[in-house]
Amino acid sequence: MEFEWSVIIESIPALMQGAKLTVLIALAGLVGGTLVGLLFGLMRAYGNLALSAIGLIYVGLVRGTPIVVQVMFIYFALPVLMNIRVDPMTAAVTSIVVNAGAYIAEIVRGAFLSVPKGLKEAGLALGLPTWRVLAFVIGPVAVRRMMPPLGNQFIVSLKDTSLFIVIGVGELTRQGQEIMAANFRAVEIWSAIAIIYLCLIGVLTLALRMIEKRMRIL
Amino acid sequence: MSMVEFKQVSKHFGKTVVLKKVDLKIEKGEVVVLIGPSGSGKSTLLRCINALEMIDGGDLLVDGLSVLGKASMVREIRQEAGMVFQQFNLFPQMTALENVAFGPRQVRGLSKAESLRQAEELLGKVGLSERKDHYPLELSGGQQQRVAIARALAVKPKLMLFDEPTSALDPELRQEVLRVMQSLAEEGMTMIVVTHEIAFARKVGTRLIFMEHGHIAVDGPPTELLDNPTNPRLRDFLQHVE
Repeated sequence: MEFEWSVIIESIPALMQGAKLTVLIALAGLVGGTLVGLLFGLMRAYGNLALSAIGLIYVGLVRGTPIVVQVMFIYFALPVLMNIRVDPMTAAVTSIVVNAGAYIAEIVRGAFLSVPKGLKEAGLALGLPTWRVLAFVIGPVAVRRMMPPLGNQFIVSLKDTSLFIVIGVGELTRQGQEIMAANFRAVEIWSAIAIIYLCLIGVLTLALRMIEKRMRIL
Repeated sequence: MSMVEFKQVSKHFGKTVVLKKVDLKIEKGEVVVLIGPSGSGKSTLLRCINALEMIDGGDLLVDGLSVLGKASMVREIRQEAGMVFQQFNLFPQMTALENVAFGPRQVRGLSKAESLRQAEELLGKVGLSERKDHYPLELSGGQQQRVAIARALAVKPKLMLFDEPTSALDPELRQEVLRVMQSLAEEGMTMIVVTHEIAFARKVGTRLIFMEHGHIAVDGPPTELLDNPTNPRLRDFLQHVE
């Protein structure tokens, strides 16, 4: 077969449209996921029995089921259960928030609990309330330790957006699939899609490395 | 009113009894040196004073405030009783100067400029002015411990607690820390020091307490007790450390 460059060039606008949506979903999902992860991670690490049990159940449910099942549940089952309408975009962002949130909660918990106990005692011994010790003494050290696994999770979640092909969100993979269905140029289109993902993740990796370099990990 | 008053204080970890109904009064200006074999309860006794360990029985007053009081009272006690740890426990994300300026800004409401000025002064006092912008990892153990002393002093405590402050240091670095502690004692600071530095006890201490199995076995003037230990177990202990 012959590699048709023109096919790729023609499909670029549509693929870029898809890439834009992919970035948008990942970005919104990860901002939300990080906040959710922070909340549940702290609940797991420092909460009372009830709070940490809630955290445990959430993390257990998400880690115990495939992400495709979670997406399907949020898009098809949840609207029936709660009698609401959910558009595909909302379902997509929610899925990333819920899924990434659980994994990030474990990252947050691990990072906070890895900080030596002596630092907490030193903060308390100065007469600070516990929340200030967590925010100003333990937190800054924990956040630095979180960066490598957090970066990993960001990359995984960015790629997980390709799953939204199943609920008809026009992100990168879906756009490619539709072009392919019309012109049958599988080699050109899937190559182009792969390269766009590589570029997106390359940029993300570089950004994460720069952040890590700027804050020394302690 | 005593600076510190233990009233029948008990403490246990699980089934192990660490403090057995301890009674003890420490007055303002005393430099109390706590010695004893490991596991005798001396570190625990110290850590009960600023409520890093909660007591299980009796009562413990620090400048009239009970460690059994509300959270706000416990915080007040901690602000009055500065603590220096065996492992320094400096905040690694902050420079030496920021470590010292942190406490008063958080709990005494000092402005940033004010806290930094005071921190410079305190670092000068412990002889570390030129190292103020270094991070803890860039300092030697002795320097880290001196920063830790300055950090505790920054909150303006009425009492200083030292938990084996030189045990993690090489012999040649111990002296610089002990000198800072000695000058602090000479300024009249009330101090309670858990240590194995018998020479420090003799030179700086005004009172020596020998602990054993969770109670105070011997309590008296250091020179007398060290030169002429009548308690056989203290005599035995001193032979092992000196």
